[in-house]
Amino acid sequence: MPVNIVSKGDYVAAALTGELDHHNLIPIRQEIDTAVSIALPKVLLLDFGDVTFMDSSGVGLILGRMKLLKSIGGTVALSGAEGYAGKVIRLAGLAGLILKEENENANEEKQA
Amino acid sequence: MQTKKNKLNNFSLKFPSLGRNEGFARGIVSAFVLPLDPTVEELNDLKAAVSEAVTNAIVHAYPNEAGTIEMSGSATDSDAGYIIEIRVKDKGVGIADISQAMSPLYTSGGEDRAGLGFTVMESFTDKLRVRSVVGKGTVVTMTKTISGKQ
Repeated sequence: MPVNIVSKGDYVAAALTGELDHHNLIPIRQEIDTAVSIALPKVLLLDFGDVTFMDSSGVGLILGRMKLLKSIGGTVALSGAEGYAGKVIRLAGLAGLILKEENENANEEKQA
Repeated sequence: MQTKKNKLNNFSLKFPSLGRNEGFARGIVSAFVLPLDPTVEELNDLKAAVSEAVTNAIVHAYPNEAGTIEMSGSATDSDAGYIIEIRVKDKGVGIADISQAMSPLYTSGGEDRAGLGFTVMESFTDKLRVRSVVGKGTVVTMTKTISGKQ
């Protein structure tokens, strides 16, 4: 399972796993878009904690979902971007979407 | 100190421009570089750069039907570390305006393409060279020096 999606109230959380490239993202994108079109969430959370590889296709996924969420009045947030995915996300100038403090990441150093 | 440059190893292979070969190409590069003991980041940078080049060939060079992608690589021993050179070559449609294609966020690939392929290749390697002729194909050559165990 390359993506685990949980819909709850106003948000949809999609936990991405494995290697995110152009090919692997085709079914993932479809699953996320289906969940979003059903739930019409205020926030789509994309979690990269279990992503082992990502190239710019992952950035394409984020940009495309930002557009989709904007069209229904929602936003995109990112988490679990401490690993390699974060390097590509920062290169793309999308670091601002990364949640700074998360309950799941109690160990994460708090930014002053 | 005398400058030494020894070619340690090289490879060359061909595969069809199918999406599943993005992962295959990364696996080849990993297998080629791992014996030189790269850092995790160096390995991931090379994998990402190759992934971008091969994806470009699949998505852009052969938009309608699968063609052949040639990938070759070499590892050279030098004072600075191991110099890894990877070349990805296609005989696809070619790029009319290379500087436009290489500019960040430009994409001809439609929705959900970030337009960052060349930016990743440029940022994650030391040197990127792109040669292309419309109707003939494109050759992307990337060079990266990895520290390795000396």
